[in-house]
Amino acid sequence: MVGITSYGGYIPRYRISRMVIAQNMAWYSPVIMAAASGEKSVANWDEDAVSIAVAAAYDCMTGRDRKALDGVSLASTTLPFADRLNAGIVAMALNMKEDGVSNADFTSCIKAGTTAAISALESIEAGSKNNVLVVASDQRRTKMATMVEMFFGDGAAALLFGKDDVIAEFKGSHSISCDFIDHYRGTGRAFDYGWEERWQRDEGYGKIIPLAISGFLEKTGMQIDDFDKVIYPCYFAGTHKEIAGKLGINKEKIQNNMHAVCGDTGTAHPFVMLVAALEEAKPGDKLLLASFGQGCDVMAFEVTDKIKDFKGPRGIKGSLANRVELASYQRFAKFRDLIVTDLGIRGEANPNTPLTVLWRKRKLLFGLIGAKCRKCGTPQIPAMPVCVNPDCCAVNEFDEYEFADREATILMFTGDMLSASIDPPAIYGLIGYDGGGRTMLDFTDCDLNQVKVGMKVRMSFRKRYFDERRGFTGYFWKAIPQSEGGDA
Amino acid sequence: MATGIRDKVAILGMGCSEFGERWNCGSEELMVEAFQECLTDAGIEKNEIQAAWLGSCFDEVNIGKSALPVSMTLRLPNISVTRVENYCASGTDAFRGAVYAVASGACDIALAIGVEKLKDMGYGGLPEFSSLMGVVNQLSMANMTAPGAFAMLATGYAAKYGLDIQDVRRAMAHVSVKSHANGFLNPKAHLRKIVTEEQVLNAPQIAYPLGLFDCCGVSDGAACAIVTTPEIAKSLGKKDLVSVKALQLSLSNGTELAYNWDGAHFVTTSKASTAAYKEAGIKNPRDEISMMEVHDCFSVTELVTMEDLHISERGQAPRDVMDGFYDIDGGVPCQVDGGLKCFGHPIGASGLRMLYEMYLQLHGRAGDRQLKDPKIGLTHNLGGFPFMNVCSIAIVGKYGE
Repeated sequence: MVGITSYGGYIPRYRISRMVIAQNMAWYSPVIMAAASGEKSVANWDEDAVSIAVAAAYDCMTGRDRKALDGVSLASTTLPFADRLNAGIVAMALNMKEDGVSNADFTSCIKAGTTAAISALESIEAGSKNNVLVVASDQRRTKMATMVEMFFGDGAAALLFGKDDVIAEFKGSHSISCDFIDHYRGTGRAFDYGWEERWQRDEGYGKIIPLAISGFLEKTGMQIDDFDKVIYPCYFAGTHKEIAGKLGINKEKIQNNMHAVCGDTGTAHPFVMLVAALEEAKPGDKLLLASFGQGCDVMAFEVTDKIKDFKGPRGIKGSLANRVELASYQRFAKFRDLIVTDLGIRGEANPNTPLTVLWRKRKLLFGLIGAKCRKCGTPQIPAMPVCVNPDCCAVNEFDEYEFADREATILMFTGDMLSASIDPPAIYGLIGYDGGGRTMLDFTDCDLNQVKVGMKVRMSFRKRYFDERRGFTGYFWKAIPQSEGGDA
Repeated sequence: MATGIRDKVAILGMGCSEFGERWNCGSEELMVEAFQECLTDAGIEKNEIQAAWLGSCFDEVNIGKSALPVSMTLRLPNISVTRVENYCASGTDAFRGAVYAVASGACDIALAIGVEKLKDMGYGGLPEFSSLMGVVNQLSMANMTAPGAFAMLATGYAAKYGLDIQDVRRAMAHVSVKSHANGFLNPKAHLRKIVTEEQVLNAPQIAYPLGLFDCCGVSDGAACAIVTTPEIAKSLGKKDLVSVKALQLSLSNGTELAYNWDGAHFVTTSKASTAAYKEAGIKNPRDEISMMEVHDCFSVTELVTMEDLHISERGQAPRDVMDGFYDIDGGVPCQVDGGLKCFGHPIGASGLRMLYEMYLQLHGRAGDRQLKDPKIGLTHNLGGFPFMNVCSIAIVGKYGE
């Protein structure tokens, strides 16, 4: 049996009410009032398609052996590198093997996630791979006062495909591939360029998705009524409903498009919606998934008994619950670099990133991997040739030791108004890991008023800097204080 | 068996420029200002100096690398000159070089000069240093500044002793109020202004829980010392010599940051002060130290340092501070010249500036802020961060006493 063996999801903590956007920008474009209901997810300033993909991937791999992965595919249209494998960054953050592993980016189209999934399943069916992780993520910048600013949210979801302990069996797929352009983004352009909405919804979503699903049913001999949930993205509420009408899908079988809670997460959205469906699924449920973008991929799954024993990760449900309202539209605009503020002369420092060091120290810089001394057992980070325990000082006697999965406790902290920061104050502190080891890290997703010495933190892979002169995005791990709620 | 530095070297002369925002001066003018005073005080010719050490920290602002800036500026007679950079301990470490050279017999008369020209950057605070701490730190360390790094210590200290952060802040405020009162008396000080505890507590926040008045001045300045043996000093007609009693450095080895630290004290200061008291023959520092200039880069640094100098008991520094023990009329007057807080903090010069105050006080030349008959003075620098630093301690006193 081949299919989904685990899933994970990540919706960023910040949510902005669409009414807040409308209140700030409807003076410029009154039409956005039409979509001013619910809220959308907003990636923090230090998140991008790669970092949120890592969050979803870790969620999916909770309690699983990441060394057993034969490859990771990353699907997104907002990848930070045009030439450097973005999936490779995810793989390093996951501390995957390098030998015998094949990773890939699937990009340039928001149906890239399902395409990557079909490719992964085919390779497993063919016997050339056993465990393939497919992560889909998008963090799309939109111009101010546009309908897409209202519709689009940020998010990521991950699916682990394999043969053992399958929780949702793959029951076949069908694809349409065509050069239908509802929108495009030319190379080097920051924003999508879209054709009129009528074209997108009536000739795009409204025709192509039904056509692909009908094609799938015809090919497999299945009936639409066989399915317990039909999952397809479409942020035009009316069109989302019309598609169901065309296909004869009962209302209660339509998977919610999540406009109210996070918005359309682009390439991630079919996965995000599928994970949300899996979180509610029971054994025997049949799920039909469709994507959209220069065609449509349709995939069918049947939930197995194994879902009963599946220990659900934080998932989409958990990350939706971890929610803080972003009350300020200006702050949202700053997070997306849509407005210019003065970072000060201090912020002009522009050191080049030494690629030699990134390679030599990749275990530390991407995997948050330190060392455990073989002589005295002390966990330590960064790994250095001489043990940090002054009573030991063993030289080069270490085993690799992962810190990314461990909880830690805040030992001391500050909120720094002097640091050049996109979201001042810069909050950081010294943390001590459960089981030993300590380090000084930036904190993120937190409110200074709620941070306390003794509070627990979790690790999160984040964007650390963007080198504008050279176009290089640098990443490292940060600590997220585990406070309840909190103000944005 | 090492016998230590005690009474092997005497200070022949000292000089110190005015500290402050010296917009019209570069490092050259600042060095000459301090050096000319020092040379006149020493009563020797420039050509009698046989070796020199230069302390400066941020070579990328104004001065440049190597010891050439001092040799070229002072037109030294092609003698050996070494540049010392050890964060905020640079000045004291330059002094150590000169003192050790004389003590070893390698030369008779040596110069230590420290300088920093910071106000050529265009922004407040110290230069952005993320890329100056080594490449691994550059890529992984928190987006930190100096005030932020020290601010964390206040949260660690409050947690360790179960104190309300507001009570710690109040003691920190008293530290700054006292230094402002002292600096007001000093004509060479950068900040000459009385402030109240209320003003300190209500100032804009720089890095929680530090406000503006918890942070020292960022200044331009230079200070220097000429040292020789007590015998040569006497032969030059000097009386009431001030001699070096102890000189110690202690550096972090990574345990604070990565192993087992309480986050409420300075490991290095505790070790350096213990070694310095032993070297100077001091048994009870609380009674024997007449006065101190400690590294009050931030009010919390001074507060916590009092415990690592073993003058306040652990957890008791806030009480001693609030009791006025470190005020100018207290048990051990501290920052009599205004400290880093108000005299200013041109990094490479600061250690030598502290020694300059001790030297003036021991000679009875400290003007309005002269203490009554001081015998032993201690200076302390802490370069870097609470969790990763270079600590230097010098003790000076009257020769033969």
